[in-house]
Amino acid sequence: MKCALFALLLIAAPLHADSSLPPSRWANEQLPEARQEAAATALMQELRCLVCQGQSIADSDAELAGDMRALVRDRIARGERPEAVRKWLVERYGAWVSYRPPLEPLSWPLYVAPIALLLAGAWLLRGRFRRRR
Amino acid sequence: MSRARFLPLIVFAFIVAAVAWRLATPKDDRIASKLEGQKLPAFALPPALPGKPGLTSADLAGGKPRLVNIFASWCVPCIAEAPVLLDLRRRGVAIDAIAIRDKPEDVAAFLARHGDPFARIGSDDRSQVQIALGSSGVPESFVIDGAGVIRAQHIGPIMPQDVPDILRTMEAAK
Repeated sequence: MKCALFALLLIAAPLHADSSLPPSRWANEQLPEARQEAAATALMQELRCLVCQGQSIADSDAELAGDMRALVRDRIARGERPEAVRKWLVERYGAWVSYRPPLEPLSWPLYVAPIALLLAGAWLLRGRFRRRR
Repeated sequence: MSRARFLPLIVFAFIVAAVAWRLATPKDDRIASKLEGQKLPAFALPPALPGKPGLTSADLAGGKPRLVNIFASWCVPCIAEAPVLLDLRRRGVAIDAIAIRDKPEDVAAFLARHGDPFARIGSDDRSQVQIALGSSGVPESFVIDGAGVIRAQHIGPIMPQDVPDILRTMEAAK
């Protein structure tokens, strides 16, 4: 009985949450010009997938990530600068969509914390050394 | 020194408090469009199926508020939303749609089965207009006022309990 149930599980089709259309052009195809492709890849690695949040669109297999890759390559092939494409997306989805956080009051702790921790560590060590002497 | 002894315990208590707080109020994974309150980006989508016009941004600045539903025939929650959209249509809400990554025959079959409250349906087969609107999934809906300004975004299916809110937003957009 258990075996039969397990066999059923093997042939069960997962619920499809994907469309039946093929991936967009440029979703999985490199741009012919190497320099543009390098710029596009660098940007795609710093853009967050809207579906599997936590992956970059370069890593994600989600259809929307594919369409975002197509958008990035399209725009860069048309001569847009990567930062302009990033800005266009941030205008729509917020700074959240970019893995490179902007320097703004809200993100200051992010940049200040490492320095503060280093200073705190140095201060602790100083205490240690003084006691040794 | 005696007070410093409790420092690890205090740090631990903070960690427990942080974990308890996140468990009690889970993170909201929805990504709201930042375009709320702004002009609709310009776009022109071809018809999603024969016999019904496509959708352009100009159609959405015709002086009266409209609801734009982003859906797909392959999207399961869209089926749950369909009767609510029909109900909104009956209550006089003008509804247009953008079909994401869809085939004409699939859209036709979906509408035949679940009802068709839409005046126009544009076909966005590469999700490019969806991204331009700051939408991150299906279904989603946008309330657009008569001047073509995005007044509100509804993420996920519109359920019966959301109807009063949608009607209020549509009224306010007049």
